Amino acid sequence: MSRAEQPGLPESDPQDTLAPERRREILRQAISVGAATGAYGVSFGALATAAGLSVLQAQALSALLFTGGSQFAIVGILAAGGAGSAAIATSSLLGVRNGLYALEDAQFLKVRGLRRVAAAQLTIDESTAVGLAQPEESGKRLGFWATGLAVFVLWNLTTFIGALAGNALGDPKKYGLDAAAAAAFCALVWPRLRSADALVTAAFAAALALAAAPHTPAGVPVLIAVIAAVVVGVRRHPGLHEKPIDITDHPAHPHDPDADRPSAAGDPAEGDGHSGGRP
Amino acid sequence: MSLWTVVLLSALLGFVLKFAGYLVPAHWLEGPRMSRVTTLLPVALLSALIITQAFTGDGGALVLDARAAAVAVTVVLLLLRANFIVVVLLAAAVAAGLRAMGSG
Repeated sequence: MSRAEQPGLPESDPQDTLAPERRREILRQAISVGAATGAYGVSFGALATAAGLSVLQAQALSALLFTGGSQFAIVGILAAGGAGSAAIATSSLLGVRNGLYALEDAQFLKVRGLRRVAAAQLTIDESTAVGLAQPEESGKRLGFWATGLAVFVLWNLTTFIGALAGNALGDPKKYGLDAAAAAAFCALVWPRLRSADALVTAAFAAALALAAAPHTPAGVPVLIAVIAAVVVGVRRHPGLHEKPIDITDHPAHPHDPDADRPSAAGDPAEGDGHSGGRP
Repeated sequence: MSLWTVVLLSALLGFVLKFAGYLVPAHWLEGPRMSRVTTLLPVALLSALIITQAFTGDGGALVLDARAAAVAVTVVLLLLRANFIVVVLLAAAVAAGLRAMGSG
């Protein structure tokens, strides 16, 4: 789990070393997100074999595709007698958001070679959410890797159990696990909403997704929310952050996007590795 | 199309989509506007994900059930600065409790 601290990082800023209590806090988040998600693996394994997949095929999806939304869509479509091409198309549509997460994850992970392949495979809702919830760069890296690995291990283990044993646990909704997942995502996005831009983006994105949901196929409502990030990011008034009275988007706040991201003066590939306060 | 084709092709496309995000040249994302957009992207996607997971039913229509109640409790707990694990456990308990009582 400590791979985020290993060599290979461009620089070791002494301020970027995590205090033990921060490490524990991040690892606790990673494990609880992994456990809540892992419980769904039992459902997935059971549904996959019920839809006609072999245990090995269910396991291959959890290890290789490794993105829950797409996996559930595939077995749902196959179980309903849908075409394989429809299953692949829906899975890919749901997978587009992982590529969009990667744009931001790449900024703090700064990975190359095999580590980049591993990071890409672990780029999912959960790892991104825990990573981005941390204020400091090393915290983001630890959050991403720890959560990605925790979910990967538990998801694959529980897929195997579900595929072999069927859904002995019953519907995870009975235990409120769907609500636990939504609550975890809320708690992880929460610290970022102190910036006015992020708050407006979140509200706009939620409204767009709700409006699109009844009229578009699975995966599309979430992708339509990209419009919110683009509109808010592009059309922001240039002088807004200089106004002295702006309690929600305080200039000194570490989450102010303008204070956080000075354009890198050095090697562009290295990004602004020295700014520890990027949200 | 065989099941193995579906499994392996969707896995391949899923990985390509994830990896593609890491291959975008860093200088494309520089500049104040693009970096604001990429910073806001996960917030937009995760907010949309929460809303669709917690507030929509099978056909995508708005549904207010045990999940919505749990999210409302979550927001209150977050305003009270409750601990992460407390928030997650209480949200699960609210949804499970409401469903056990048959309302949700």
